[in-house]
Amino acid sequence: MTKKFVPVIVRFDEEGQCRPLVIEFDELHSYEIDAILEVKRRACNEVGGVGMRYTCRINGKETYLWEEKGKWFVVAKE
Amino acid sequence: MGRHILHVDCNCFYASVEQQRNPSLRNKPIAVCGSQEDRHGIVLTASYPAKWKGVKTGMAIWQAKQCCPELVVVPPDMKEYIRISKYAREIYETYTDQVESFGLDEAWLDVTGSVSLYGSAMNIAKDISRRVKDELGITVSIGVADNKITAKLGSDYKKPDAITRIEKDNYKEIVYPLPVEDLMYVGRATSKKLRSVGIQTIGDLAEASEESLKFRLGKMGLILSSFARGIDNTPVQKTNHIRNIKSVGNSSTTPRNLVDVQDVHLMFILLAESVCSRLRELASKCTVVEISVRDTELHTIIRQQKIAVPTCSSLEMARVALELFQANYHWTYPIRSIGIRGSGLVEASPFDQLSLFQDETRRQRWELLDSAMDKVRNRYGYESIQRAALYTDPLLSGVNPKEHVVHPIGFFGM
Repeated sequence: MTKKFVPVIVRFDEEGQCRPLVIEFDELHSYEIDAILEVKRRACNEVGGVGMRYTCRINGKETYLWEEKGKWFVVAKE
Repeated sequence: MGRHILHVDCNCFYASVEQQRNPSLRNKPIAVCGSQEDRHGIVLTASYPAKWKGVKTGMAIWQAKQCCPELVVVPPDMKEYIRISKYAREIYETYTDQVESFGLDEAWLDVTGSVSLYGSAMNIAKDISRRVKDELGITVSIGVADNKITAKLGSDYKKPDAITRIEKDNYKEIVYPLPVEDLMYVGRATSKKLRSVGIQTIGDLAEASEESLKFRLGKMGLILSSFARGIDNTPVQKTNHIRNIKSVGNSSTTPRNLVDVQDVHLMFILLAESVCSRLRELASKCTVVEISVRDTELHTIIRQQKIAVPTCSSLEMARVALELFQANYHWTYPIRSIGIRGSGLVEASPFDQLSLFQDETRRQRWELLDSAMDKVRNRYGYESIQRAALYTDPLLSGVNPKEHVVHPIGFFGM
């Protein structure tokens, strides 16, 4: 498992709330986030890191996306 | 009405933060070490496996590796520790606004007003422990009591990852057997005095006669006696934010008046040693040296000087202080108290910008000398080594600036 920092397209609303919209996992794979189910501060035990953990639903599956100090990461199986 | 006070202590804080963010360091003996120069560093914090092998805060890296050859040395990242500490504080503040931080890793909470919402102080403590683990990936020890001193004894009692309640029903059982040094404000000098009259545990201190304590330790003796009995009325003083250490200073009212520049020079060396030792513990150097001089008529002058190259060398600091002094003090009266402060703190780095016009090798030698003195003192005690200049006046150099410990706010008006 590795800590993979990824490009993310986000949207800031008029209140300044930030929501991720698309995770660009690599050149060939972009994933649109259908829904954000939960946002809370969480430590990532698998690969290390402390940030806001977004529980995202992508293509029906739930996955975690973290935002830490301005950068976004996922736990990648490597 | 009794208060409900929690003392929350993040276990092995710097090391725990590093182990959370780098899984390959977990469950290993690691030490977060600040470096003064390339080859010399001291242990700021060590993980439990390292501590069990004898690694202690303040040890030099080479010493630590002697006790623990497999030790992994990690450089400090103060920015990250401050970030995690702020997050911890945010958790505490959901339960009460009366939060007094003490360094980055400790805090007192007065939850008296919130207990009705949560049922008990223990419930709040359990919540905090769980949340710190979930949100920050580190563990805490929490003491639950009706005052700050006892709450801190509680958090010290079991580490890591524990909650200890100390109240009237179990106070004697838990607290009385503890060594007297465990009590806050009992430092090396006080401990010596107490042990010399047979007071070895907090229980001994609690049961000692107030008269004899007052005789041996003055007013402080009575205060310590109350603390030992679990009586402490100091409030949890809400601090606005985590106090970033902006300066480190030390001052002293001298045992006799200072009457000439030799006296002043001696005191500057003494005070600078203490200040610089603390700077090294903070892995910092200062860029501004400030002196304060109070004469026998209680007039005080304060003067500052910015220095070209950041320093944590006591001789350098004393030299700048003396220049400032000579330029600004005109000896209208003798001097009653004197102080040095280092401010404009920057992270100490082996790559500090060198000035072409200063004597760089001399500064480096001074810094090496200072760090060697730190190590000897850590091992053999403050008095074990002394600069020759200080031997010329045993009365003045008898002042031990290390005894001026940093106290939490609230009790002694600091």
